[in-house]
Amino acid sequence: MATHEFAAQASHAHAAPQGFIRKYVFSLDHKIIGIQYYFLALAAVFVGMFLSLLMRIHLIWPTVALPLLGEIKPENYLSLVTMHGTIMVFFVLTTAPQGGFGNYFLPIQIGAPDMAFPVLNMLSFWTTFLGFIVMLAAFFVTGGAPLHGWTGYAPLSALQSAGPGEGLGADLWIISIAIFCIGALMGALNFITTTLDMRAKGMTMMRMPLTCWAWFITAILGLLAFGVLLSGGILLLMDRNLGTSFFVPLVTVNGQLTGHKGGSPLLWQHLFWFFGHPEVYIAILPAMGLCSQLLSVFSRKPIFGYKAMVYAMLSIGFLGFMVWGHHMFMSGMSPYTAFAFSIMTMGIGVPSAIKTFNWLGTMWGGRIRFSSPMLFAIGFVSLFVSGGISGPFLAQPVLDIQLHDTAFVPAHFHLIMGVASIFGIFAATYYWFPKMFGRMMNETLARWHFFISLIGTYAIFMPMHYAGMAGQPRRYSQFTELHYLAHLIPLNTFITFAAFVTVGGQLIFVVNLFWSMFKGKKASDNPWEATTLEWTTATPPPHDNFGGKTPVVHNGPYEYGVPGAPRDYVMQTDPEVRAAH
Amino acid sequence: MGLVLLIVIWLITFVSTYFFIAKTWWLPAGASAAAAGIDQHFATTYVLMGIVFVAAQLALGYLAWRYRAGGSPSKAEYSHGNAKLELIWTVLTAVLFVGLNLMSSSIWASERFRPAEENAVRVEVTGMQFAWYFRYPGPDGKFGATKPELEDASAGGEAALGLDPKDPASKDDVVTGTMVVPVNREVEVILRAHDVIHSFFIPSMRFKQDAVPGLAIHMHFTPIETGEFEIACAELCGLGHYKMHGMLKVVSPEEFDQWLAAREAEKQ
Repeated sequence: MATHEFAAQASHAHAAPQGFIRKYVFSLDHKIIGIQYYFLALAAVFVGMFLSLLMRIHLIWPTVALPLLGEIKPENYLSLVTMHGTIMVFFVLTTAPQGGFGNYFLPIQIGAPDMAFPVLNMLSFWTTFLGFIVMLAAFFVTGGAPLHGWTGYAPLSALQSAGPGEGLGADLWIISIAIFCIGALMGALNFITTTLDMRAKGMTMMRMPLTCWAWFITAILGLLAFGVLLSGGILLLMDRNLGTSFFVPLVTVNGQLTGHKGGSPLLWQHLFWFFGHPEVYIAILPAMGLCSQLLSVFSRKPIFGYKAMVYAMLSIGFLGFMVWGHHMFMSGMSPYTAFAFSIMTMGIGVPSAIKTFNWLGTMWGGRIRFSSPMLFAIGFVSLFVSGGISGPFLAQPVLDIQLHDTAFVPAHFHLIMGVASIFGIFAATYYWFPKMFGRMMNETLARWHFFISLIGTYAIFMPMHYAGMAGQPRRYSQFTELHYLAHLIPLNTFITFAAFVTVGGQLIFVVNLFWSMFKGKKASDNPWEATTLEWTTATPPPHDNFGGKTPVVHNGPYEYGVPGAPRDYVMQTDPEVRAAH
Repeated sequence: MGLVLLIVIWLITFVSTYFFIAKTWWLPAGASAAAAGIDQHFATTYVLMGIVFVAAQLALGYLAWRYRAGGSPSKAEYSHGNAKLELIWTVLTAVLFVGLNLMSSSIWASERFRPAEENAVRVEVTGMQFAWYFRYPGPDGKFGATKPELEDASAGGEAALGLDPKDPASKDDVVTGTMVVPVNREVEVILRAHDVIHSFFIPSMRFKQDAVPGLAIHMHFTPIETGEFEIACAELCGLGHYKMHGMLKVVSPEEFDQWLAAREAEKQ
């Protein structure tokens, strides 16, 4: 087995390129590709965040004319909703944790010189990049961006006449997602093969850092989910342009027949959510893996229940494919199936609770160092709990009657798959920045960034729960038409102001990121005194990651505070230690 | 830093919990037969999840402060976990989550597993961009045929639904823009949509169901209080989604009979 792995590694070695284009643009080096993915996600997150600010402004000041943009109309608001959601889910939450950090650190953490298929890796990045450009193009075509929401429910998304933005804008939206799916599928294949075939000698599966487990499971989810979305997208495109009726029954828009008949709107929902629910875990699993890692590193203690963590992630991934129907309790799907989907969904609460318990158990009895990555990891746990406990409400069909499609739903998923995952990305940035760029980030700025983000996030999303319980439907551009919503306007005004402050706080992060890249304190090879393989090599790592050597692994990834060991931490490459009891 | 974290996390927890307990913003008062059961289960879930939320957040803040470097103990404990605790925790959460689910399933079953009662008032509800129309079958108890090619949305009323005047059953159908039903009698709702998916949401009745083009979805609820209750659209249906609203008027049985008779008389 070891020989096999070694052979796999040797065949993948390639010489360092010299020219600028091959080195930094069309690079085959997983580290450069990881950084490319990261900056793509950074650009996307700022677009997505800007769109959300415009939404919040429109909700409170619907007729205000904005500089350059003018007045936001109700249909523009829905385009903002659609594009904010799509860009954030695909080009941020799927791109940064997996394509960015996964690409950079999976090979290094398992002791490989590169990903299994470097060319495929380059292709998957540039495909994703193309997808992003096509997505942005939807803003600039006649009719503008689509207004059918990130879930693109048919027939709204399938009929050009159903609203502004449902023309070329909607076509571009679907094409962009299809392109993204292709990139994601290529990436998933690469991650799975790399994890299975490229591990260094001694790096058994059960010695892999939990980050690697998370990326591996995420890749499997991606492989199974994106293919379904891709086919759904192609069918939708055919319904729109070739006269097929997969998702459209006999409908009239404004009294005019559309020429479609016999299709099923629910079929789209099944295909979409078969992808859409695993997608939630694609977004958050890498953050789970990383925060497990950080809690151990900065508590100076082994992770509490390594095996339980692995099995919990595996079962979350497995169950994640059986719960898509919980998005459809009110859709007209058979009420009997709701019962099964509900039980499965509540079941996911169990491994999620195991993880939370183990995170707290890891901190218990530790010697916690509050470096910036640790602050964000603790913030992640807090957000994961807060977003998690609203899950059992929505998972029960009886309660979903009232809460489905209200502000309670965005409150729930923003806390857990949105901001908790973003906290994972921030934690990863602060943690790995020294390895990637050779310099430390500024800790004072990082702390300000952390506290503004944490408090701001709660100030935005806690009130949305209250609004949702009071019956405020989501995707409403105004609350003036329904009388029972009038008393929620002050609450929404508060959310808008909280959003301003929180977004402002993100500028601190950007300043810190770029300032530290050039002016930060020089980083040592192992500034956090961590044990995994990336900290055994130079900073930044050489082209083949380990400078011609192949690491040999003797220890698990979380050996901190081992009694009798010379130091407070034992590297994975150190001679095997056994704790003196 | 450990103390700052403790204070911030605890403060967030207390403030969030305060507004949940004070019920500053809360479910609209229930006015249907099912509301009490649903609200009861909501309260149960809410208390249990509230306890989990507060306990986990307080523990997180406390652990951050208690085990900060520089505090005591001076050395981290070397432990890879505790299988027994893990198992206990797993069983506890499984019982909690699955138990909650089973508790609520009977309410769901009573709402959705049975058809409407024989004597229910039948109302066909049709959603289209961006209005709700309500149709009563009239004295013959039959809904007349509708034809898509006869639809004229701008004309409103019967024309908007495309009611076929040639069908004898359609002669006495009553189409209105406001939904009027008698109190304390079950209402059978037959949900349709012309163009895209809409969702028929009456917050006070604890009622929500998507109206899907191509499907006729049968649902039921029983209003137990008279008054006017707002109807919202809860599924994104296009640019006018936010203003697609209607009104449900729950009146006494006598008033309802009078109202319906008057509408039917207008038809003659």
